[in-house]
Amino acid sequence: MISIIELYVFVLAAFVGYQVITRVPPLLHTPLMSATNAISAISLVGSLVLAGANHDTVSNWLGFVAVTAASINVVGGFLITDRMLKMFKREPKQAAPALEKGKEKGGAAR
Amino acid sequence: MSARELLIEAIYLASSVLFILGLKSLTHPDKARLGMQQAALGMVLAIVGTMFHHEIIRFDFIAVALILGTVIGYPLGMFVPMTAMPQRIAISHMFGALAATLVGIAEYRINQHGLPRSTMAALGFEVLFGALTVTGSFMAFGKLQEFITGRPVTYRGQNTVNITLFGVAIAMFLYLIFRPETSIVFYAMIGLALMLGVFMVLPIGGADMPVVVSLLNSYAGLASSATGFAIQNNVLIICGALDGASGFLLSILMSKAMNRSFGNVLFGAFGSPPALVPGAEARDLTVRSVTPEDAAIRMAYAGEVIVVPGYGMAVAQAQHVVRELADLLEKRGVTVKYAIHPVAGRMPGHMNVLLAEANVPYDRLYDMEEINSEFPQADVALVIGANDVVNPAARSDPSSPIFGMPILDVDKAKGVIVLKRSMNPGFAGIENHLFYAPNTSMLFGDAKSSLTRLVTEVKAV
Repeated sequence: MISIIELYVFVLAAFVGYQVITRVPPLLHTPLMSATNAISAISLVGSLVLAGANHDTVSNWLGFVAVTAASINVVGGFLITDRMLKMFKREPKQAAPALEKGKEKGGAAR
Repeated sequence: MSARELLIEAIYLASSVLFILGLKSLTHPDKARLGMQQAALGMVLAIVGTMFHHEIIRFDFIAVALILGTVIGYPLGMFVPMTAMPQRIAISHMFGALAATLVGIAEYRINQHGLPRSTMAALGFEVLFGALTVTGSFMAFGKLQEFITGRPVTYRGQNTVNITLFGVAIAMFLYLIFRPETSIVFYAMIGLALMLGVFMVLPIGGADMPVVVSLLNSYAGLASSATGFAIQNNVLIICGALDGASGFLLSILMSKAMNRSFGNVLFGAFGSPPALVPGAEARDLTVRSVTPEDAAIRMAYAGEVIVVPGYGMAVAQAQHVVRELADLLEKRGVTVKYAIHPVAGRMPGHMNVLLAEANVPYDRLYDMEEINSEFPQADVALVIGANDVVNPAARSDPSSPIFGMPILDVDKAKGVIVLKRSMNPGFAGIENHLFYAPNTSMLFGDAKSSLTRLVTEVKAV
């Protein structure tokens, strides 16, 4: 039976997600996609329980494929996000004015 | 709640917080990397915590699958080139949805008799959206990787067929909520959802991919969230909701940037290609082509050059040459900026990633709203393989299929140089009057070789 608490969790999490993600600049939209993808590979925890629970052979194999698929996303997703984020560098000589611009934006958002 | 369950829940809570902080860090490029590393730590915590779960009694399947996943995932993370990022993202949605769907199927098999309706609803939603995302993402991957034609595949009554199939799938879903034990309906629904995924993406062309990829991102997240409901796991619900919200938001942003309605996005009807606009009047217009020498001189003596990259730059893998040209111009005292349209390329943020890969500092990349007012001051707007996103018809011609779409006001620049392979109209088949404007010069040829010529010529100036 699903309790109403779980619905609360879903709605609040979606709300937090919406609020946080509206502030992600278009500059980082691709890393955002790969990041959310890596994070949603948390379905790995469900797959792990299934693969380790030993209900029957079919379940074990379903779990096996699910764990493989989810862990591809965990490993690949976090690695590629890091690889992308590493590339975003600011211009060395113009560091100061750009920083102010960033601060301004942060302030306005708050 | 036993001490062990409490420990697992506490670990999951910590992971959830780390994930949200990780996403929050993405609001600024300087903090993003550290934040995402913390999120990765959250993931490791969650995996380790799960191992304490009392139902886990054998570790052989888990160990082999984790190793296999790592072996496949590592090259997907480390060696896929940035130009292949759209298809890489599309295939990862498939893996995520596949995991959710399989868990859903197994849960159904194990608890088939005596499933409460609410759990059945969650399971049904999970496999319906999961299965649809598996094949849909695979199709998107195929189109982006170009082993399936990137052109829209359409036939008469396509929308009717798709809507009917979707209606039948929903009817099966509702039936299952009241009769959870009818497994034939359950598996038929999965089959139907798998077909739907294919049919949904088939009519969608390459240029519309940013919306599709975002939408599939959202579906994959929602399927994960439904898994959380079905197995009563809060961290899954939270992460699925975050992913769902992110994909949802991106698809809204992308559809706005293409001036398509939100309903259009939800029902996947955005594939219908716009009717080909006859370019009859265009034939009377003249096109001015320019030699690389002249183009180089104009840029070398300009005060400000705005580079407008499009999918053509990605196809030609020309981002490094663009950077080289910009460096040369900057050495001569020219200000170089980059104008990025939200749907330039094949996924949200595609151009930004490519230019960042070519070491262009991110403070030189400007969003559409930031840069549009600057075009009148620019001496040269250099359009590299972009077409619809710079078509002035979107502003001025109500009969144009893209009328109302926000565009980069390239035509307002003092001079425009367009790098283009030929005069063929772009993907959507819409005539672009920018190419015939008196202040526009065309430099024909492959973007990369044209740029290489420009680099040589600027050096010679």
